[in-house]
Amino acid sequence: MSIAPSLHRSRKFRNALMMGLSMGAAGIGLAWLALILGALVWKGGTGLALSVFTEMTPPPGDSGGLLNAIAGSVVMTAIAVVVGTPVGILAGTYMAEYGRFSKLTVLVRFINDILLSAPSIVVGLFIYEIMVRTMGHFSALAGAFALAILVVPVVVRTTEDMLNLVPNALREAGTAIGAPRWIVIRSVAYRAARSGIVTGILLAIARISGETAPLLFTALNNQFWSSDLNAPMASLPVTIYQFALSPYEEWQQLAWTGALLITLAVLALSIFARSLTGRREDK
Amino acid sequence: MTTIAAAMPLSMETVRAREAAVRRFAFTDSLFRRLTFAAAILVLMILGGVAVSLVAGAWPALSAFGPSFLTTESWNPVTEKFGALAPIYGTLVTSGIAILIAVPIGIGITVFLTELCPRPLRRPIGIAVELLAGIPSIIYGIWGLFVFAPFLQTYLQPFFIKLFHGVPVLSSLFAGPPYGIGILTSALILAIMVLPFITSITKDVFDTVPAVLKESAYGIGCTTWEVTRRVVIPYTRIGIMGGVMLGLGRALGETMAVTFVIGNAHRISASLFAPGTTISASIANEFTEADGALYTSSLVALGLILFVITFLILAAARFMLMRIERRAGS
Repeated sequence: MSIAPSLHRSRKFRNALMMGLSMGAAGIGLAWLALILGALVWKGGTGLALSVFTEMTPPPGDSGGLLNAIAGSVVMTAIAVVVGTPVGILAGTYMAEYGRFSKLTVLVRFINDILLSAPSIVVGLFIYEIMVRTMGHFSALAGAFALAILVVPVVVRTTEDMLNLVPNALREAGTAIGAPRWIVIRSVAYRAARSGIVTGILLAIARISGETAPLLFTALNNQFWSSDLNAPMASLPVTIYQFALSPYEEWQQLAWTGALLITLAVLALSIFARSLTGRREDK
Repeated sequence: MTTIAAAMPLSMETVRAREAAVRRFAFTDSLFRRLTFAAAILVLMILGGVAVSLVAGAWPALSAFGPSFLTTESWNPVTEKFGALAPIYGTLVTSGIAILIAVPIGIGITVFLTELCPRPLRRPIGIAVELLAGIPSIIYGIWGLFVFAPFLQTYLQPFFIKLFHGVPVLSSLFAGPPYGIGILTSALILAIMVLPFITSITKDVFDTVPAVLKESAYGIGCTTWEVTRRVVIPYTRIGIMGGVMLGLGRALGETMAVTFVIGNAHRISASLFAPGTTISASIANEFTEADGALYTSSLVALGLILFVITFLILAAARFMLMRIERRAGS
């Protein structure tokens, strides 16, 4: 038996080279995460103080906080979730329960997947055309609806996936004791899929709480405290955008602090969401 | 209902009550069914609504400029002459470079995760890479502008300009002055942003490769790289393509990160170090300041172009991924 030793060596070498490169690729990915988080903590952490949460956004050259921006973000995110989640859950329910084998479901899934990765700025333009232009002014409500459109596809996707995982035997058991379909869905399927559906909602919140582009020309921005849903409202991402590009040092510092806050919130949300369903995947 | 009464000797009241209950159940059931149906239709209507409203909003500009809107480079709010060529060019070039960088790295990470990584580390590293996808795009923007761009400006760009000085083609691609911000900076940041999408999709499709195929290749003495290159990648080619297209769709529509670092210059330069603009960055930068119906409408027309491009790419991506899902399912 003869083996060409040079061929053997070159194959081994090539293998080691490619495996080394792929290890390097993983290193690049991790290094970048560390670089970004490091810069955020480094630059944003120094501005972290109680005043950030208790004071309004300042005029240029003055000190202040981000209270109105944080409150605006919370308000608009909440409205978006309240509006978008029911639509998403119901549509997901149709796809997994009533229309599991219908052509419509295939179409809705396809369109929903496209909405899932559609550019968010286009959603902003859409809301601008149908709400801001017809009402004649920017409003927090328009911003919230733009965010709601981003919530829907995430929730649809996870709801459908999670309901499809519910064993049919459970539904059959419910039907066998005489429960009508919708009670089976409500009391059996939803209950079995609850943690998955909650994960979807959390991921949707994580996604929209950092979204800037759809708010730029729907909710606009507001230097002051506002609880009027019919008027422009500040939000953390838009404030970061405006402050970061300004020449004032205080504003830039606040932008970094806001960026750190958003990132911490988003990462905490998505890690929490993953931990809800992650255990099941491992099994 | 008489059958029920015949089978069980019950009083008429009980029978009536049961009939009423059945009717109530049937009513609420059909109500719920219609509600879910309406929600599913609403999802379709959102996308339809986006398309219709964009066409309506873009109509003044499209009818004023016609097809030349797509081929004109000039973007002049003063004379109200608008053309989409520079933003389209910027969008395609930044996303293209981003994909060229992100695909090999993404596949590398997947190979590392599936073949090399010790099992206990697999999940933490996988989650860490996916966290890159969770970071909001504005964070990439602020980081790109204040940390990454100055680094490129002081170290990388002067190095490349010196390196390729005098080399044909390359010297004009990497021509100074080093601003830090520009097409290449945006492309690099986009590459980091789409990396997790590509990684997670390639990981999913790599998992669809039957273990028997890989084991038989290992059995005849293939190295890990040969198994990956000759078995896994050919088997999952469509899925990888789908993941790449999905990443491309993301990159094309990405707004905030690019807006920070692209420089917003409506012109096409040969150099990758020059500032440029993309469709989404133009809209984000100029929309609230646009005065005049034609200016606003031109920006909406840009949005329409972006919508059409991303729709086509994402649709193609979904078709490819659906094909590999069907194969994995059967």
